[in-house]
Amino acid sequence: MNHQPSLQLTPPGSRYSSRQKVGLAFIGIGILFLLITFLGNGALPPTFTFGMSLIGLIVGSGILFSRLLDQPAGVNNNGVWFSGATARGMIGWILGIVFTGFYIILYWSPTNLEQLIRGADPLSMILRGTPADQWFLYGLLYTLAVLVMGVRMLIKYRDNRYQILRTISVMFFQLGLAFLIPHLMVLLHQPEFYFSYFWPLKYDYLWPSTFSSLSGPGLGVFLLFWTAVMTVVATPILTYFYGKRWYCSWVCGCGGLAETAGDPFRHLSDKSTKAWKVERWMVHSVLVFVILTTLLLWANQMSGGGFLGGLTMLFQQWYGFFIGLIFAGVIGVGFYPIMGSRVWCRFGCPMAAILGLLQKYFSRFRITTNGGQCISCGNCSTYCEMGIDVRWYAQRGQNIIRASCVGCGMCAAVCPRGVLRLENAPMEARYNGPVLIHHDDVSVQLNDSWRSNRPIMPSVQEDIPILTDEDVR
Amino acid sequence: MKRHIVIVGNGITGITTARFIRKYSSDRITVVSSETDHFYARTALMYIYMGHMRYQETKPYEDAFWSKNKIDLVRGYAYQVDTDAQIVRIADGNDIAYDALLLATGSQSNKFGWPGQDLDGVQGLYGMQDLALMERNTKGIQRGVVVGGGLIGIEMAEMLHARGIDVTFLVREKSYMDYLLPQEESQIINKEILDHGIDLRLTTELKAIHGEKMVDSVETSEDDRIDCQFVGLTAGVHPNIDVAKASGLETNRGIVVNEFFETSVPNVYAAGDCAEFNADGIGSRRIEQLWYTGRAHGKVVASTLTGQRTPYRRGVFFNSAKFFTIEYQTYGDIPVKPESNVRSQVFQSGRKLLRINSDRTTGRVLGFNVMGLRLRQDQCEAWIRDHAQVDDVMIQLKKARFDPEFYSHAVYRQAAAA
Repeated sequence: MNHQPSLQLTPPGSRYSSRQKVGLAFIGIGILFLLITFLGNGALPPTFTFGMSLIGLIVGSGILFSRLLDQPAGVNNNGVWFSGATARGMIGWILGIVFTGFYIILYWSPTNLEQLIRGADPLSMILRGTPADQWFLYGLLYTLAVLVMGVRMLIKYRDNRYQILRTISVMFFQLGLAFLIPHLMVLLHQPEFYFSYFWPLKYDYLWPSTFSSLSGPGLGVFLLFWTAVMTVVATPILTYFYGKRWYCSWVCGCGGLAETAGDPFRHLSDKSTKAWKVERWMVHSVLVFVILTTLLLWANQMSGGGFLGGLTMLFQQWYGFFIGLIFAGVIGVGFYPIMGSRVWCRFGCPMAAILGLLQKYFSRFRITTNGGQCISCGNCSTYCEMGIDVRWYAQRGQNIIRASCVGCGMCAAVCPRGVLRLENAPMEARYNGPVLIHHDDVSVQLNDSWRSNRPIMPSVQEDIPILTDEDVR
Repeated sequence: MKRHIVIVGNGITGITTARFIRKYSSDRITVVSSETDHFYARTALMYIYMGHMRYQETKPYEDAFWSKNKIDLVRGYAYQVDTDAQIVRIADGNDIAYDALLLATGSQSNKFGWPGQDLDGVQGLYGMQDLALMERNTKGIQRGVVVGGGLIGIEMAEMLHARGIDVTFLVREKSYMDYLLPQEESQIINKEILDHGIDLRLTTELKAIHGEKMVDSVETSEDDRIDCQFVGLTAGVHPNIDVAKASGLETNRGIVVNEFFETSVPNVYAAGDCAEFNADGIGSRRIEQLWYTGRAHGKVVASTLTGQRTPYRRGVFFNSAKFFTIEYQTYGDIPVKPESNVRSQVFQSGRKLLRINSDRTTGRVLGFNVMGLRLRQDQCEAWIRDHAQVDDVMIQLKKARFDPEFYSHAVYRQAAAA
């Protein structure tokens, strides 16, 4: 037991185990092959180099994740705010720029990705019977990210069954409904259709163009029926019973990426009241925008192109460009390491806006606060990817019902005192108000009469605005 | 006529008091603190060190909250109260006159006169300054020794462990916290500590700390010498009564107060960790030093301070903690060694445990302990308060479960079968 600190060259935090070094080596090899794919002179086939690159990255990640198994099961966010990658340090900013840049190239200059796309050809031929294009490549990388980082989630939260089931669910829906099935449908000469996306997130699914393209022979009519029923009937019913989470953190592909690849960045969301105000304005504006665009398109269609034709086209183009491409794509994922994993879901997604309104006013879902157990530590708020100040409610003994809550359950998972629980229960008494008398209190049984006699607002001269914490929010 | 209420201490007691005064009145409120500019959750100190949160995440209210609610915050050290002139003396000279004063000065770490306890690298952990010191003291070190098997001790062990620092944990008792926890619970935690690779030494006390200027080793009651570069002294806390003593207030171990938190001097009150009740039966003990009791004191004293003189009584006892990965909740009365008329049923599977105590003669349920499981506070309280029969409780146990969805555990199946 003789420790000799003088011989120690580096502080403990920066020492890597040999296993970690092997993992990093694999990642390095993966990046190397990625570079060769981009820059190579064709001496090595892109299929080989791209494949090697994926193998390196996946195996390396797997080895790095295995470190999580060394710790006993249990939520462990050690060092999250110390690591440059997860605390907006140098690596975080580099990642942010790389992600954002990748989207820009993908959307506007895909020829730069030619070698990568060719590397994905064999898989594309198997799945859809055509050579790959930029969207196939994108879908492949997206799905791999969900799967690989999903495995990390499964290890990290292995003692939490809710997190395990939820992660398996998003992995399943991404791989099956948002990747394999759409491509296989192309192979079977059917429309490339995404069963797990609905209007208004997949905004064109209720646009006249989709209707005319689907109303042909084959599965088209069924797909139209599916889209309409899911959007109009199933969404409100499921949200009534389970809250927004049935979609946002169990099914949706955007949510799936946020919950897996985005997990290391979830704490970077802005929790301020100001951000909440911005969020409400923005997300509902996008909702109005998409509804207006959809209505205009239909009006235009009905009137045979006569109704505000130019304006309608403008709306359609602008929505697709600013919301569909820039907001949902570039900003939504590119800014993960800077603004957290749910930037799009929180500030932009019109589907989330609708589900949020349903959740707030017409749902059995809530996060229940366990009496007066909260110690105000702040873990719940910190790890809320939607930027909800969960602690604000929890420390008042109040249930949390917020439109933006996607029900990921992380607040309950990181709470060190078992204060929070996601629940579906009858709507009555869902909004329990701040529990000031009972839970938070002790003098209840003995002497509580004085309180009921007390006016809520003191009778003082009214020129002084008396703000209580209710007024601040 | 608006009064000026001055609160010394911006911990959970002082701040709860300020918030409730603001709910009840338009009195001028000033909160004085020498620790931080704003209220932060002391319970989260360990999470800052471990990198789960930064200081700003531990602040339960945004900085603008205080001015919006017209609560003035003063950063300064209150060293004395002139109780005749009704003035709080502040170290920087900006003294503050009050109409009513609350002392909520919290606790200080215990030091028991160990040789070497003032060496560099030796410290307790109570406040933000301690955390900053610990950050400096543990930079690049190999091993730390934590002395004292209480809550702060195990937290400090977890903190050091999270930073990759080897930990030796000296615990005086035969088993961790066996003065508060029944044997089964205590042993679960022993195991948890060992599984995290902590060098746990039970029935071992600190004899001396050695070093020139910096600590380089400690000597235990077993005459072992442990090389280390850091020593955490976590053998409990005691009320911080420095100001009260300097101001002629009646003090014992804490600042002596009655059930209205009134001290021996008119218009001066004390609440939270620093207060000591002058009689039994007010709190669960004469000095209450929990987060929850601090909050409860603050709420009650706010009523008294705004003209509704209200006595404090602790209701059904509850507390919670987390020992490494194991959550712990307790409701009601779970003594370490229950009297003979108490029936204690324990259901255990691995590191999860449920204990229900009841009265053998009347069948009334008396208390619950859970480890690694979550129970609903209001349900448990209601059962205890309303003298529910233990048999009924066992049948309806589901109503009290607060575990995450899809959760099922052998412990509950055992209890259901019982």
